[in-house]
Amino acid sequence: MSLAINHLLGLQNVSKNDIQLILDTAVTFREVLDRPIKKVPTLKGTTVVNLFYENSTRTRLSFELAEKRLSADTLNFSTSTSSTKKGETFKDTVRNIEAMKIDMIIVRHKSAGVPLYLTKISNASIINAGDGQHEHPTQALLDMYSIREKLGKLKGLKICIVGDIRHSRVALSNIYGLKTMGAEVSVCAPPTMIPKNLETFGVKVYTDIHKATRENDVLNVLRIQLERNAGSSIPSLREYHNYFGITSEVIEKNNKDILILHPGPINRGVEMSSEVADGPYQIILDQVTNGVAIRMAVLYLLGTKN
Amino acid sequence: MKIILKEITLLHPGQKINEQKDLLIENGIIKKIGNISQNDFSSSEVFDFSGKYCVPGLFDMHVHLREPGREDAETVLTGSNAAAAGGFTAVACMPNTNPAIDSAEVANFIKHRAEKHLVDVYPIGAVSKERKGESLAPIAELVDAGAVGFSDDGVAVKTSALVRSALEYLKMYNLPLMEHCEDESLAGGAMNEGTISTELGLPALATVAEDLTVARDILIAEYVGGKIHIQHISSKKSVELVREAKTRGVNITAEVTPHHFTLTDEELRTYDTNYKMNPPLRTQEDVDAIIEGLKDGTIDCIASDHAPHAIEDKEAEFIDAPNGILGLETQLGLAISELVKKKHLTLEQLIEKLSINPRKILNLQVPLFKEGEKANLTIIDTELIWTVDKNKFKSKSRNTPFDKRLLTGKAVAVINNGKMLIDDEYRNL
Ligand SMILES: [Zn+2]
Repeated sequence: MSLAINHLLGLQNVSKNDIQLILDTAVTFREVLDRPIKKVPTLKGTTVVNLFYENSTRTRLSFELAEKRLSADTLNFSTSTSSTKKGETFKDTVRNIEAMKIDMIIVRHKSAGVPLYLTKISNASIINAGDGQHEHPTQALLDMYSIREKLGKLKGLKICIVGDIRHSRVALSNIYGLKTMGAEVSVCAPPTMIPKNLETFGVKVYTDIHKATRENDVLNVLRIQLERNAGSSIPSLREYHNYFGITSEVIEKNNKDILILHPGPINRGVEMSSEVADGPYQIILDQVTNGVAIRMAVLYLLGTKN
Repeated sequence: MKIILKEITLLHPGQKINEQKDLLIENGIIKKIGNISQNDFSSSEVFDFSGKYCVPGLFDMHVHLREPGREDAETVLTGSNAAAAGGFTAVACMPNTNPAIDSAEVANFIKHRAEKHLVDVYPIGAVSKERKGESLAPIAELVDAGAVGFSDDGVAVKTSALVRSALEYLKMYNLPLMEHCEDESLAGGAMNEGTISTELGLPALATVAEDLTVARDILIAEYVGGKIHIQHISSKKSVELVREAKTRGVNITAEVTPHHFTLTDEELRTYDTNYKMNPPLRTQEDVDAIIEGLKDGTIDCIASDHAPHAIEDKEAEFIDAPNGILGLETQLGLAISELVKKKHLTLEQLIEKLSINPRKILNLQVPLFKEGEKANLTIIDTELIWTVDKNKFKSKSRNTPFDKRLLTGKAVAVINNGKMLIDDEYRNL
């Protein structure tokens, strides 16, 4: 079995078969992570570059660890060590890296479209680690993996993404991926956090967190970015917490079977109370472990394709 | 030097001329229209232009020539060459240069750089000093230095108070306030807000940002009785606002770019920065409304918003890339292909929008087809099918989304200021 895709730019046009294959392959790697020796020689001789134009310690660590577990050679390039501020264009930078004969590029960038652009100027296999407000496919895959692991399936489940959908790269990837796998996807947020015409993507929109909790099997709770939102899209973080925050009260009043996900890092007391963040409904740390397995699966499937 | 344009179809919507004639031009002056003697024929260079149209020289009222400031992207000379190659004998250049055209010195500098060229370059003065929206630029001095309109293009005039002042002050000259319509607090964004921006995850700019400024300016112009011109109109709602204002008798005109009647935001799916401009490409619904507005006269002019950018600037990541695309060398072909060939406009209507109306709005003489008048004309082959090749552009820049596009209709020659451009060569007449 091999993937139809050559790059993982997003989940928009990824088939059910490909997603299934990635999730199933990740199960094997998840087992490897529980062994005393957590390393396999699968990508020995493959060079992977982590090209991070935006700070994201967690995603980068997760990818780096996945690469090391697969015995790949890794290079790290982040803005603090780059020459991008000295007039070198993005294209120059990529051409330079490319000239070092690399096989795969993991890219994180504040501008949507950069991963697609990379496929046009590089021969490497490209994995999108988050582009602007567009997609973050490995995050969605690990969310899907974690839900499937816990609830045994994706098809027919009702999953609600809660939070700043408009500025999120996680939401769109989850919407595409989950719908492909047969889940029903909805979002819950104040209208200021919902991007234009989202309903045309086949997504139900809630503005009542109680109703959303009642009517869904899973809540995937996004981080509220303090710098971006307070004062513009919401009056205050306090008000957001009081009306959209996930608390024990919200869960216990509405749905004790709910499963809570969060891509981290959590703003405790904003989108989620500490009680919930540490409580029995959430699988936040499982997501982190599963993230390594998912990234190993993606790296392996794309890295051994050619 | 005498030339004869043989069996050319003279088309002048202003003079209501549409007939095939021979045209004798001597030293840049129209000497004779029809009834040309055998003597003249034997002593002139004769161009057989049967089947081609001769129209009053085309006028692009919205270009960015980048000089002074960004001579690496375009200069007055290279921009004028691009204009002539695209069939234009005159352009009006926007003041967002560095320094801005907010003083007689800069206006004079540009006029000086444009001297002796076939193409006439008319500076548009800044409305406010440094285009900052704080206080009026020296409008009277700029008019004396040759400015034919005023705009803070790149941004809208910042405050309602300044719009009012500019409209009132400009009444002395019957010149228009030309507005880039974009509400400041809603501005920003890399593409049109809609389903596609949600899909692409790009920061988006709503049509309402444009509509608000259009509405503001209409109301102020109506109140003070000023002359307002809407630049690069792009939204359906704005077209409706202008249409209503015209029926109420507001002194308002509007222009549209070829890309806003040709392309939609669907193109952005490639994340190609050559589809990034401001106003951004809108939806098919907006395009349809614009074509309707062109047909019923709501939109008076077609102007390119020719916006050259250096390769390294435009090749940036999408959200960082500058707005704007080249227009001068593709405008006529796009207009004929998209509007005339698709039967939205007649050729006469198109020439009104590309030659007559821009001059009327800017208070300039429309060139006449009359013996004794200066020859200022464009010769168009409306049937010529050609492929855009950006590497052959006369512009210094290459930022076009239309490279390799097949177009119908092209200017084959232009004549103005005693010069003729034909077969890629300038000749003195
Ligand atoms: Zn503008």
